[in-house]
Amino acid sequence: MSVSRDNLLAWINKLQEVYAANKEYLTQLDSAIGDADHGINMNRGFTAAKDALNAALPDQADAVLKTVAMTLIKTVGGASGPLYGTFFMRASAAIAGKSQLEPADVVEMFDAGVQGILQRGKAQLEDKTMVDAWLPALDAMKSALNSSSDLKSILKAGAAAAEQGMKNTIPLQAKKGRASYLGERSIGHQDPGATSTHLMLQAAANLWG
Amino acid sequence: MKKLINKPEDVVKQSLAGVAAAHSDLVVVKYDPNIVVRADAPVKGKVGVISGGGSGHEPMHGGFVGMGMLDAACPGDVFTSPTPDQMEAATKAVNGGAGVLHIVKNYTGDVMNFEMAAELCQAEGIEVASVVIDDDVAVQDSLYTAGRRGVGTTVLAEKICGAAAESGAGLKAVADLCRKVNANGRSMGMALTSCTVPAAGKPTFAIGDDEMEIGIGIHGEPGRQRMALKSAHEIAVMMAEAVLADLPFKSGDRAIAMVNGMGGTPLIELYLVYNELEQICKGKGVTIARRLVGNYITSLEMAGCSITMVKADDELLKLWDAPVHTPALRWGV
Repeated sequence: MSVSRDNLLAWINKLQEVYAANKEYLTQLDSAIGDADHGINMNRGFTAAKDALNAALPDQADAVLKTVAMTLIKTVGGASGPLYGTFFMRASAAIAGKSQLEPADVVEMFDAGVQGILQRGKAQLEDKTMVDAWLPALDAMKSALNSSSDLKSILKAGAAAAEQGMKNTIPLQAKKGRASYLGERSIGHQDPGATSTHLMLQAAANLWG
Repeated sequence: MKKLINKPEDVVKQSLAGVAAAHSDLVVVKYDPNIVVRADAPVKGKVGVISGGGSGHEPMHGGFVGMGMLDAACPGDVFTSPTPDQMEAATKAVNGGAGVLHIVKNYTGDVMNFEMAAELCQAEGIEVASVVIDDDVAVQDSLYTAGRRGVGTTVLAEKICGAAAESGAGLKAVADLCRKVNANGRSMGMALTSCTVPAAGKPTFAIGDDEMEIGIGIHGEPGRQRMALKSAHEIAVMMAEAVLADLPFKSGDRAIAMVNGMGGTPLIELYLVYNELEQICKGKGVTIARRLVGNYITSLEMAGCSITMVKADDELLKLWDAPVHTPALRWGV
C-alpha cells in the first residue's frame, strides 16, 4: 500500500491513544533515570497534536506532519519536545508535495526525521537515548526496502529493530540527557525515549500496510 | 500526595496568576505562551536579560524579574523545560533594541529549546547571545555526561548580569560577564527527602528516614552518593570541600556565597548550615564578602540545601551591590 494524508492522520490519532495508554509506564521508566515526566509530556503533546489537526484540518500530507511538529515543539518541552518536533519537521519537508507515499518515500521520511534528531540532540549509538531505537530501525527499514516493496513487512522490520534497540539500552550507561548524571546507576534501566520511539514505529507498523 | 493545589494540570498557570496578582507593580504575566515580564518592558536601549526553566524552583526564575535583574522569565511545566515559543515571545517583549541575553541552565532539554528559540529570534533580526550555566560539581565526569548541571550560580549570574544591563553595558559585555560568573561559580546540593511532581502524584525517588543523597540535582536527580544521614557539620564540610576544591578557591579569595534551601528545609537549619560554611571558609582563608541565605532555587518540597560559591572581584561585588527590585530579591531601592 501507499500512505496518504488520511493514513498519517490516523497514525497521529493512534499515537495519541498509545501515549495516553502508556503515560504511567513511560513516566515510571523516566522516574528511574530521569525526571519523571516523559509519559506526561508525550501524552500532553500528542493530545494537543490531535486537537490541532482537528482544528486545522490540513489537506496535504506534509502539512499534517508540520502541524504535529509545531504542536510538539510548543507543548512537550523537555528534550523530547525539540527532538520529536525536529523529527516531524524534517519528515514533513521530506514528503513535501507528495499525496501518496510509496514504501521508499516512507523510509525516506523516517530517514530525514532521524537525521534531524541526530543533529538536534548530538547523541550517538549507545549513549542510551532514543537514537538507540531509531538507528537500528532505520537500518532495518532500509535493508527491508531493498528486498521487498511490502510496506507492512518494512515497517514490521523497523518496529522489531526499534524494540531490540530499546531493550539494548537496559545494560547501557547513559552518556546524554538527564540520565547521564546517574553514571553507573543508569545501568539496568530501559531508556524512556527509546521506548516512546518504539511505540511510535509499532503504531505505524500496526496501522499501515 | 498532599499539596495545596486545585488540579495538578492547573498548578503552573494558577500559581502564575498569583504572582501577577501579588506583584502587579513589578511584573506582568502573559499566557499562551506563558511568560513573566518586567512591568516596564521593553526598556529602550537596554540589553534584555531573560532566563527560563521548568517550574517548581520558585522563586527562580519568575521571582527574579524586575529592575536590576531579569527582564523576563519563561516558566515551563513543573521540572520540564519551557518551549521555544515562550523564549521567542519573551525575547520580543524585552528587546529594547540592544539585543537580548539568554541565560540557560545546562540541561539537555533547556539547551535544545533555547537553541531553537535563538534560531527563531535571529531569523527575525533580533540579536541574541546565549550563555549556559554549568556549575554543579556533583557531576564529576563531564566528558561522559551531558555536562555539569546549571544550579545555584544561575541566581547570582542573573543578579550580576541584570545589574550590568541596567548600567548600560552592551550585549557582548553582559554575555562575557555571565561567562565570567559561571567560570568562577561552583555549587553542590544535598537532599534529605524526595519531592513529588504534582502531575506524577508520587515521590520522584525513595529515600530512607536515615539516609541522604549528596550531590542531588534540583529535579531530584540522584547525585554522587546515597549515604547514612550525618550531622550538619559533616554535611557542610563534605559539600563545601567539594565546592572549594573544584575551582579551586585559594586563601585570600573573596566570594559571594549562597546557602539555598531546596524548599522543605526551614531557615533555622539553613542559618545553621551557613554558620558551618562561614567557619570552613575562614579556616581556608576564603572571605565571604556577600551572602544569600534562604530559598532561591528550590526543588518543590524537597528537604535539603545547596551551597554556591562565586569567586568575586571588585567588579562582581559592585554589580552585586547595585539596586535590585524583584518579587524575591530587593535591596538598594
